[in-house]
Amino acid sequence: MGKIELTGVQKFFGEVKVISDVDLEIDDGSFVVFVGPSGCGKSTLLRLIAGLEDVSAGVIRIDGNDVVNLPPAKRGLSMVFQSYALYPHMSVYSNIAFPLKMAGTDKRTLDTKVREAARVLNLTDYLDRRPRQLSGGQRQRVAIGRAIVREPKAFLFDEPLSNLDAALRVTMRLEISELHNALGTTMIYVTHDQIEAMTLANRIVVLNAGRIEQVGTPIELYERPDNLFVAGFIGSPKMNLIDGQAAAAVGATTIGIRPEHIAVSREQGTWIGKVNVAEHVGSDTFLYVTADGVGDVTVRVVGEVEFRNGATVHLTPETERIHRFDPDGKAIRQ
Amino acid sequence: MARAVTPQRRWTFTILAWIVALIIFFPILWTILTAFKSEGDAILFPPAFLPPHWTLENFFEVQARSNYFKHFFNSVIIAGGSTILALVIAVPGAWSMAFSPTRRTKDILMWMLSTKMMPAVGVLVPIYLIFKNLNLLDSLSGLTVVLMLVDLPIVIWMLYTYFKEIPVDILEASRMDGAVLWKEIVYILVPMAVPGIASTMLLNIILAWNEAFWTLNLTAANAAPLTAFIASFSAPEGLFWAKLSAASTLAIAPILILGWFSQRQLVRGLTFGAVK
Repeated sequence: MGKIELTGVQKFFGEVKVISDVDLEIDDGSFVVFVGPSGCGKSTLLRLIAGLEDVSAGVIRIDGNDVVNLPPAKRGLSMVFQSYALYPHMSVYSNIAFPLKMAGTDKRTLDTKVREAARVLNLTDYLDRRPRQLSGGQRQRVAIGRAIVREPKAFLFDEPLSNLDAALRVTMRLEISELHNALGTTMIYVTHDQIEAMTLANRIVVLNAGRIEQVGTPIELYERPDNLFVAGFIGSPKMNLIDGQAAAAVGATTIGIRPEHIAVSREQGTWIGKVNVAEHVGSDTFLYVTADGVGDVTVRVVGEVEFRNGATVHLTPETERIHRFDPDGKAIRQ
Repeated sequence: MARAVTPQRRWTFTILAWIVALIIFFPILWTILTAFKSEGDAILFPPAFLPPHWTLENFFEVQARSNYFKHFFNSVIIAGGSTILALVIAVPGAWSMAFSPTRRTKDILMWMLSTKMMPAVGVLVPIYLIFKNLNLLDSLSGLTVVLMLVDLPIVIWMLYTYFKEIPVDILEASRMDGAVLWKEIVYILVPMAVPGIASTMLLNIILAWNEAFWTLNLTAANAAPLTAFIASFSAPEGLFWAKLSAASTLAIAPILILGWFSQRQLVRGLTFGAVK
């Protein structure tokens, strides 16, 4: 079981408010990702849940019990750190066994559980090694092994993949996803990488300047961003945000249209512009266009399309895919 | 560009280093050589560098007049006891200052260090009176506590410096893994800080072993360590240089040997964290 509820949670560092009035409900068994730019408070929020920081105000409940005054050891959560934070003076075996040792597990059960975790994580051959003798990916697995043996109510991941290279990051991302499917335990995952957020999460919490901007499934955030911040943050390449006449024409201060929702033609379209740069990545072509009366627009075309730099193009945004925002940056719903 | 190390430069520095080392070591060497001279040879003028007649007589006489081993064991108990006691207090203290500092932590550290700048004689009378009233004069336990207090600021400072080098993530990981405070310190912090703790211990043992102010002023016969043993040979009936030297040699020998065997640990400890 691992239902986590935050009510009116605040955190000050001295005079500085880093988390303001966060209300959040995390369902048992869900995979929630906190995402946002650096300094938005996502790691602090995770550390508040973990108990590594004390809340300045508000209530945190785990399975209905207020844990605000409980130390991290008593909250029944496991955490995987960005730096792995393995115990350098212990073998892989002892690292994984440490939480069980702290819980006073008997020797035989401890051994069975450690070996089972090592088997699941492909670490059986490395049990006698020290952390410094392992590669980055293996260290990350040890950190995960240490987290799973104690069968926590929830796993907390603090940017666990950011120290790995790009290829390994994709592999580990899949492994974490599979782990969630296999265990069915609540997971809270902090990242600044919105691709990680989109691929892993059941629900994404977008944070900005210590406040929650929006909570929703990846597709909800992609299709119905509540405000300009979420619209600009989720999606890659970024959503085109256009002010001025083009926006006023549909009764908004700003409109947003994703690069993949603009049709390109050589003959006709709503907007006309010049290609500044065309990027070819094989599966897609990205066109960076300056459109007359609209400004810079990024367009994504599926497949390989021949456009020379400086060529004239016609762009047609899909009308039903246009997001409209009011002067406060809030989405205008139909 | 790195400076070129020419053979001449290397030789010059080697010779200079040896000269400095010999100057520092000379008084100790002179003491050891004098211990093997007869009383007459010890006061020869001009002095003889090497003993004209090597003799062990001084050592036998020193042992006959005073019980070396009793003083030796007193020194071991006082130096060892004060070191262990200091570590028991300093490890949690340094932990708290290194890992959960407050705005005043730096001030507290400076204040602790400032007590080392005060001349010890300034608090002799109050401490003497406290000891007298508590019946602690000439007792091993009293002296152990005083030497612990004298060296505690240095022990805390050294441990604080070592602990600062330990990534706080690892301690937090242990908290998440269910370690309560004392387990975090015993299973994670201390094993990771072993080099630092070992060199702090060594340094503190050496400081306590050589401490002469409090050991001379607060002891008489029972609890007197080796420093008092040496002092007892500057007797009212006159100075006996050779015997005094023999006593000194006997007193410094154990700590010299300990220092010699642990020099690598000591140097590593003292420069710990200087270069990342």
